[in-house]
Amino acid sequence: MAVKTASGAPARLPDAAPAKRGLWAWVNKRMPIDEFISSQLTGYYAPKNFNIWYFFGSLALVVLVLQLVTGIFLTMFYKPGELTSFDSVEYIMREVHWGWLIRYLHSTGASAFFIVVYLHMFRALLYGSYKAPRELLWLMGMLVYLALMAEAFMGYVLPWGNMSYWGAQVIVNLFGTIPGIGPGLVEWIRGDYGIADATLNRFFALHVAAVPLGLLLLVMLHLVALHQTGSNNPDGIEIKEKIGSDGKPLDGIPFHPYYTVKDTFGVGVFFVLFALIVFFVPTFGGLFLESPNFEVANPVSTPADITPVWYFTPYYAILRAVPDQRMGALLMGLAVLSFLFLPWLDRSPVKSMRYRGWISRTALALFAVSFVALGYLGMQPAEARYVIAARIFAVVYFAFFWLMPFYTRIDPVKPVPERVTYHAH
Amino acid sequence: MADSAITADDGVDLSRRKFLTQATIATGAVGAVFAAVPFIESWSPSERARAQGAPVEMDVSKIDAGQMAITVWRRSPIYVVRRTPDMVARISGHDDQLKDKDSRYSDQPAYAKNTLRSRSAELLVLVGVCTHLGCLPKQKFDAGEIYPSWPGGFFCPCHGSRFDLAGRVFDGSPASINLRVPPYSYPNPRTLLVGADEKGAA
Repeated sequence: MAVKTASGAPARLPDAAPAKRGLWAWVNKRMPIDEFISSQLTGYYAPKNFNIWYFFGSLALVVLVLQLVTGIFLTMFYKPGELTSFDSVEYIMREVHWGWLIRYLHSTGASAFFIVVYLHMFRALLYGSYKAPRELLWLMGMLVYLALMAEAFMGYVLPWGNMSYWGAQVIVNLFGTIPGIGPGLVEWIRGDYGIADATLNRFFALHVAAVPLGLLLLVMLHLVALHQTGSNNPDGIEIKEKIGSDGKPLDGIPFHPYYTVKDTFGVGVFFVLFALIVFFVPTFGGLFLESPNFEVANPVSTPADITPVWYFTPYYAILRAVPDQRMGALLMGLAVLSFLFLPWLDRSPVKSMRYRGWISRTALALFAVSFVALGYLGMQPAEARYVIAARIFAVVYFAFFWLMPFYTRIDPVKPVPERVTYHAH
Repeated sequence: MADSAITADDGVDLSRRKFLTQATIATGAVGAVFAAVPFIESWSPSERARAQGAPVEMDVSKIDAGQMAITVWRRSPIYVVRRTPDMVARISGHDDQLKDKDSRYSDQPAYAKNTLRSRSAELLVLVGVCTHLGCLPKQKFDAGEIYPSWPGGFFCPCHGSRFDLAGRVFDGSPASINLRVPPYSYPNPRTLLVGADEKGAA
């Protein structure tokens, strides 16, 4: 039915909006989509002074989606089982159309996940993003990191290569060092007297269903906490404390479209680098995929050197540095869990390293160096010179955390400006 | 009726309600614990895995002096070494370098809780799994094979744990206890039965 104007001439065709508006209004009355978009995206204000360090949160989300999609496709061809796992991975690599690509996307994605997460965590250390009022945001993020470690470990076992087998052996045996219940616990985790078919099958279930579900829930909680407090920024200033006459933060800009556009650019750059690795160096010289894993699991032949994938090697170096089994496992666990306590260990009145003194800056620099050094040492054979170096760096690692209440208090901080540092381009 | 607020005046016994709420929660919690049992127990070794973990026999008459043979029991390699008198001699003399020289904190049957950690001086039977984190220690039986004062024994390539020719762990190793000794017995002089002794099957 044509719409007529008062003069009788046909009106300009109405755009689709009015008709849709009725339906859209119907939907929104039942499900608050518009309200969600305006409160969480177009009306969610983020500081305007974000820099390159702020790419890694959204990148982590992109990699998570990549892992979910490629993982779902891998489960269509992979067959968990002592006799089938290794062959089915070879089948994916050689006979499934584009199977090699899907698997390399997934295996490279695992390493990429840790690269962006480590950079994301370093950003938090750099700008004090874990400090009040963002303690729970930090804790949720750390739980994501722990879930990610479990996910990566179990995923590494699935191809059932020889490093999968022995890696599982070493990690599962860590639980055996728990006094009293240790040996029984190990048998319960394995479901057999050694790493076996039963172990492989339960790791598959955990890797493809249980842990990803937990991971999604934790990521959601991480974002809920983020949107409650708002993002920190390189100056470590609360933008909510300087509100303009329109009721919006003076130093804030709406997340959409400003940061969706910025993050999309970051995703573009990321995928260029990612594709270079996937297509040209998918094993990354043995760092992303280790060569002993191209042999099937062999319970009576330990690889010459058992080393985990690079993202676990800092902790592995600490484990090996301690000449006592229970103590080594304990310190390794403490090395991971120390991050959880950061919000309460840091007594500095200032968030960002920009306004902290030389003590905090030196401590963070030494920590970053020791983390990388431990990562390197964890890949080396268990020889005395490497073990001694690992002990030195392990001391630095723990000193960063556990001396923090003292050195952050005497650190000569600089005055923090009222408004964020920002230069229009 | 729709807007009538519930107050204590409506005859609601709040203490009774509180008790019933708590009793319901407590009953539910107990039920949840019981309901969790089958799921938790499903992870224990299955009947098939247990059956496959039965004792294994091995003919030890063919192991030459100074040689090691390996059998598999419960998915673990079992190292069986026929020690020469020279090897047995090299087990003493380094007690001060051992973490647990008398095997007080280690895991072995009573008949192997001795210096040689075996039923007989000649045959050594060990679980060939490093007590640190489960790698397979390599045989380094020759004196001086690792360093000049090395008395011979086992070396774990993963984290560098060292054990002597009785499976006792050296100081400075990440492993804290000696290599495990499985339950074993000799039904006849030629045959080793791993996994069963006078007390029955493990």
